[in-house]
Amino acid sequence: MRVVVDLSRCEGYAQCAFLAPDAFRMHGEEALMYDPNPDDARRDQVLRAAAACPVQAILVDQLEGRDAPAEASPS
Amino acid sequence: MTSAENLQAFKREGRIVVVGASLAGLRAAEALRGAGFTGSLTMIGDEMGEPYDRPPLSKQVLTGWVPAENTKLPRRREIDAQWLLGVPASGLDLAGNHVRLADGREVPFDRVLISTGVRARPWFVESEAALDGVFVVRTREHAEALRRALAAGPSRVLVIGAGFTGSEIASVCREREIPVTVAELAPAPLVGALGAMIGDVAADMQRAHGVDLRCGVKVTRLEGDAQGRLRRAHFDDGSTIDTDVAVVALGGIRNTEWLQGSGLAAGVWGIACDTGCRALDLNGLITDDVFVAGDVARCPNPIYEYRLISLEHWANAVEQAEVAAHNMVSGQADRWPHLSIPLFWSIQFGVNIKSVGVPTFADEVVVTQGSVPDRRFVAAYGYRGRVTAAVSFNNAKWLDHYRQLIETAAPFPPPCPTPDQPADMKPVPVDFPGPTLLAQGATVVVTGHDPSERRVTAAHQHR
Ligand SMILES: Cc1cc2nc3c(=O)[nH]c(=O)nc-3n(C[C@H](O)[C@H](O)[C@H](O)COP(=O)(O)OP(=O)(O)OC[C@H]3O[C@@H](n4cnc5c(N)ncnc54)[C@H](O)[C@@H]3O)c2cc1C
Ligand code: SF4
Repeated sequence: MRVVVDLSRCEGYAQCAFLAPDAFRMHGEEALMYDPNPDDARRDQVLRAAAACPVQAILVDQLEGRDAPAEASPS
Repeated sequence: MTSAENLQAFKREGRIVVVGASLAGLRAAEALRGAGFTGSLTMIGDEMGEPYDRPPLSKQVLTGWVPAENTKLPRRREIDAQWLLGVPASGLDLAGNHVRLADGREVPFDRVLISTGVRARPWFVESEAALDGVFVVRTREHAEALRRALAAGPSRVLVIGAGFTGSEIASVCREREIPVTVAELAPAPLVGALGAMIGDVAADMQRAHGVDLRCGVKVTRLEGDAQGRLRRAHFDDGSTIDTDVAVVALGGIRNTEWLQGSGLAAGVWGIACDTGCRALDLNGLITDDVFVAGDVARCPNPIYEYRLISLEHWANAVEQAEVAAHNMVSGQADRWPHLSIPLFWSIQFGVNIKSVGVPTFADEVVVTQGSVPDRRFVAAYGYRGRVTAAVSFNNAKWLDHYRQLIETAAPFPPPCPTPDQPADMKPVPVDFPGPTLLAQGATVVVTGHDPSERRVTAAHQHR
C-alpha cells in the first residue's frame, strides 16, 4: 500500500507512530519518518493511524488492491 | 453558445494535457477529475513509471530504510488518463495548440498545465561529474545509486553545498557512521535560505554530530584515478581531502528550455504566472489556456509585495496544482487565487526544521520562543516592522500561529503568548549573503480560510 505524509502539516503528535510503529517512527523528538510503502498486512494499522492523525496529514492510496494502476503503464 | 455552456462543453469533452508527471502533475490531474472534468486527459512525463515522492529520497531512502522503488505516490482517485511516459516534451505551440514530443509526436490540447519542475544542477566540469563516485540526488535512480554507494561503506563522503538537501545527506552519513566533509561557499549551512543566525545554529549542529564542516570554501576540482573512480577533492584554499563519494548538492535548474520559442515568460527563473497559476507570455500578458504549477512556477505573492516567487517546496506544488486545476475548469468569476503562505520542512540530525513564510524577505530576525542551545525554538523574521516568516527547530506546533501573524501583517517583533520566551528577545539583522530584498509598498492581508474564499484586501501600515 502507498502512503504519503504531508509533513508541512504534521505537528509531530506521534499518534501514528504509536498506532502503526512499523510504518511511522519518530526521528529525534518530533520529526516523523515513515515508510511510503508499508506491507499490505499493515493496512488496518495504517488506516487507523491515518484516521487518528489530529491534523489529517496522512494520505493513503484510494485505489485499494491495485498494485500498479493500468493507466500508468508507459506507452 | 454562452460562456457557461462553453465551459460545460469543455468540462465534458475538452482536451487537457499535463506536461511533467510528478507531484504537481498528478495532484492536478486528480483535482481535475474531482472537479468533474470528463474530457481527455494526457500525462506527459520524461521519467518512466508512476509519479513518486522526492522528499523521502534524501531521508528514508538514504538511511537504507526504504528502497527508492517504494516511494510511488498514493492516489486520491482514479484519473483515467493517457500516460505518455519516458519521452520529454520538446516544444509548445500556442498558435496550433499542441505539445511537441522529442520523438516527433504532437499532442493537441485545449488547455495545458506545465509542471516540469527542476533537475539537479550537475557538477560544472563534465568529465569530473562523470567520475564513478560522483552523485546528485533528484530522482529515484539517483537516490538508489547513492544509497548503494553509502551501503558499500565509503571511507569518506564529500557533500558539496550545505543547503537543505546537502545537510540532510550529511545527516544521513553521520547516522550511518560514515565520515563526512561538507563544503559550503557561504559562511554557514542553510544561510541562503534562513540567514546568518540560523546558519550558525545549523553549523553547530553539524559539528556536534561530527561533520567536518568547511565554510567559505569552494571545491575546485574532483580528481579521479586511472579507472575513472573519484579519489580526491581539491579546495580553493589549496587543501585537499581523500574521498570516494562526492554528492553535488548545488540546487536545481528549472526545466524550461523546452519552452524556448513558445512565447511564454519562461527562463532560468521559472515560468511566470499570476496567482491563478495562469502563465504569462513574454509581454507579461496572461494567457488563457496555459497553466503552471510546482517548482517550475514563479508566482506573485501579494503578501510579499507581489513579487514573483519560485519555491521548491512540496506543499507549494500540491497547492498550486489544486488551484491551477480548479481554474482550468472554472469560469472567470469562479477562479481561485493561490495565496497560501509558503511552508517547508526538513529533517536533519534528529531535528525537525520547519519554516513558514519567506525568510529571505526579511531584514531582522528574533528568537521568540524556546532555547537555541537546546535546538528547540522558534525564530520570527520581520521586514520593515511586520512579520514575514518564522522558522522552528523542534517546535512545529507553533507555526500555524506564526502563519496567522504573517497573513494579518502583524507587527514585528511579534508579541508572543507563550511561557517559553527567551530572556533576551532582541532582533538582530537577518544577514543574507546576497543583496537582501529591499522594497517598500502596500501591506496586504489575506482573508478567508480556503481557496474559494481567500482574497487579499489592502491594509493600512502599522507605522
Ligand atoms: C531529495 C529531495 C528532498 C526534498 N525534500 C523536501 C522537503 O523536505 N520538504 C519540502 O517541502 N520539499 C522537499 N523537496 C522538494 C519537493 O520534492 C518538490 O518541491 C516537488 O517534487 C515539486 O514537484 P513538481 O511536480 O513541481 O516538480 P518535480 O517533482 O521536479 O517534477 C517534474 C517532473 O517533470 C519532468 N519533466 C521535466 N522536463 C520535462 C519535459 N520537457 N517533458 C516531460 N517531462 C518533463 C521531470 O522529469 C519530473 O518528473 C525535496 C526534493 C528533493 C529532490
Ligand atoms: S499523527 Fe499526524 S501529526 Fe502526529 S506525527 Fe503522525 S502524521 Fe504527524
